[in-house]
Amino acid sequence: MRLTAVLMTLLMLVSPLRAAEVPTVAAASDLRFAMDELVAAYGRETGRQVKVSYGSSGIFRQQIANGAPFEIFLSADEDYVWQLHRARLTRDGGVLYALGRIVLFAPKGSRLPVDGQMEGLRRALAEGRLRRFAIANPDHAPYGARASEALRHAGLWTGLEKRLVLGENVSQALQFASTGGADGGIIALSLVKAPGFQKLGSWALIPADWHQPLRQRMVLTRRSGPEARDFYRWLQGPAARGILVRHGFVLPGEAG
Amino acid sequence: MDWQALILSLKLGALTVALLLPPAVLLGRWLATTRWPGKPLVEALVVVPLVLPPTVVGFYLLAAMGPNAAIGRIWTALFGDGLVFSFQGLVVASVIVNIPFAVQPAQRAFEAVGSALRAAAATCGLGPWAAFRQVELPLAAPGILTGAILAFAHTLGEFGVVLMVGGAIPGETRTLALSIYDRVQALDTTGASAMAALLLLVSLSAVGLTFLLTRRRPGVGA
Repeated sequence: MRLTAVLMTLLMLVSPLRAAEVPTVAAASDLRFAMDELVAAYGRETGRQVKVSYGSSGIFRQQIANGAPFEIFLSADEDYVWQLHRARLTRDGGVLYALGRIVLFAPKGSRLPVDGQMEGLRRALAEGRLRRFAIANPDHAPYGARASEALRHAGLWTGLEKRLVLGENVSQALQFASTGGADGGIIALSLVKAPGFQKLGSWALIPADWHQPLRQRMVLTRRSGPEARDFYRWLQGPAARGILVRHGFVLPGEAG
Repeated sequence: MDWQALILSLKLGALTVALLLPPAVLLGRWLATTRWPGKPLVEALVVVPLVLPPTVVGFYLLAAMGPNAAIGRIWTALFGDGLVFSFQGLVVASVIVNIPFAVQPAQRAFEAVGSALRAAAATCGLGPWAAFRQVELPLAAPGILTGAILAFAHTLGEFGVVLMVGGAIPGETRTLALSIYDRVQALDTTGASAMAALLLLVSLSAVGLTFLLTRRRPGVGA
């Protein structure tokens, strides 16, 4: 008798979690603030919900290849989408949804002067005034890879390498830099466009030709259902595009 | 406060304890009384999740439960869905990680019962099962309860393994500990601090409770 009661309780604990009509989205963490707004706007328009996980695109690629139940993958680097596509884990090659930009950022009170050409960074480094500098991990985070390319382009990589702190993804790099743990960092333009960001610090756009473009591609995975496909279509519509532009993304086919 | 994550963590904790406790009690009882020469090996295996880095446990679990591994494939064949990055996968991982927390206190409790008392129970005509239920289990109960509380609290706080095998999917695998990590990255200090304070409170109460339970009472035991 008692055993039956215990088993029933256990079943009740497990079962509600299987009601998964709400599509699961894996979003590159440069989308963190834009996507919260996108999900809210989609909810207001359609009354539907979406579950979003944020992380580095490279780690999501790995997780999807290992069977993670994501239905839509918004990568910050289209290569990861192509890799999954070749492994036949996606419905098709997906669509290009945005081009990303990187910025040099320094938190309030930092000794690092901020300019797009990184001259202030060069001086601070030469004078030994720079302790820590945050970027995302270049091995699996697209914004980290682009940050390292821009630093190499500026000839700052060798001097800076020992001072780097690596975030697991670009929003962790921002967290490292904004809480004052690092003197500055290179992060996504879409993160500094968040409301209320001004009080965190200052930033300057890094020239787009200093690094490979951040071609951001999204795709439906093989396990995507009709709800996921609906959100995926909506993301390509005018309302979603407006929100992406407001968050600093350049849309494909439009001049940036 | 991420209520969904809190509920998920509580469910994970309850399920972990419910699944882990019965085998942990039996294993603890066996370890407390066996004279088998291989006992230190079993004891080492029981404790090893405690000293291993969570990334090592996570790595092996990912390898074992993945879609290309035998366990992962059998699970998918049975239930039609993958084991990694699912709540069920988290339960499996959580049970394994918590083995030392549940087994060790149970083993110590059964050791404290002592062979003299066991012999006395046998002299009184109690069979092994009756002696276990009527004499040993009541005496070992505080130790077993300590193990249950520790495993529950530790499940709520587990981070590394859950991150590696869970993937932080809201409502599915994003536990309270992962939600705090996520809120910190979103620069949402208010949300993170409320959840951190809650976990601190839960952990403190859990540890306090175990000290209360294992306090030596004069005149009890052999």
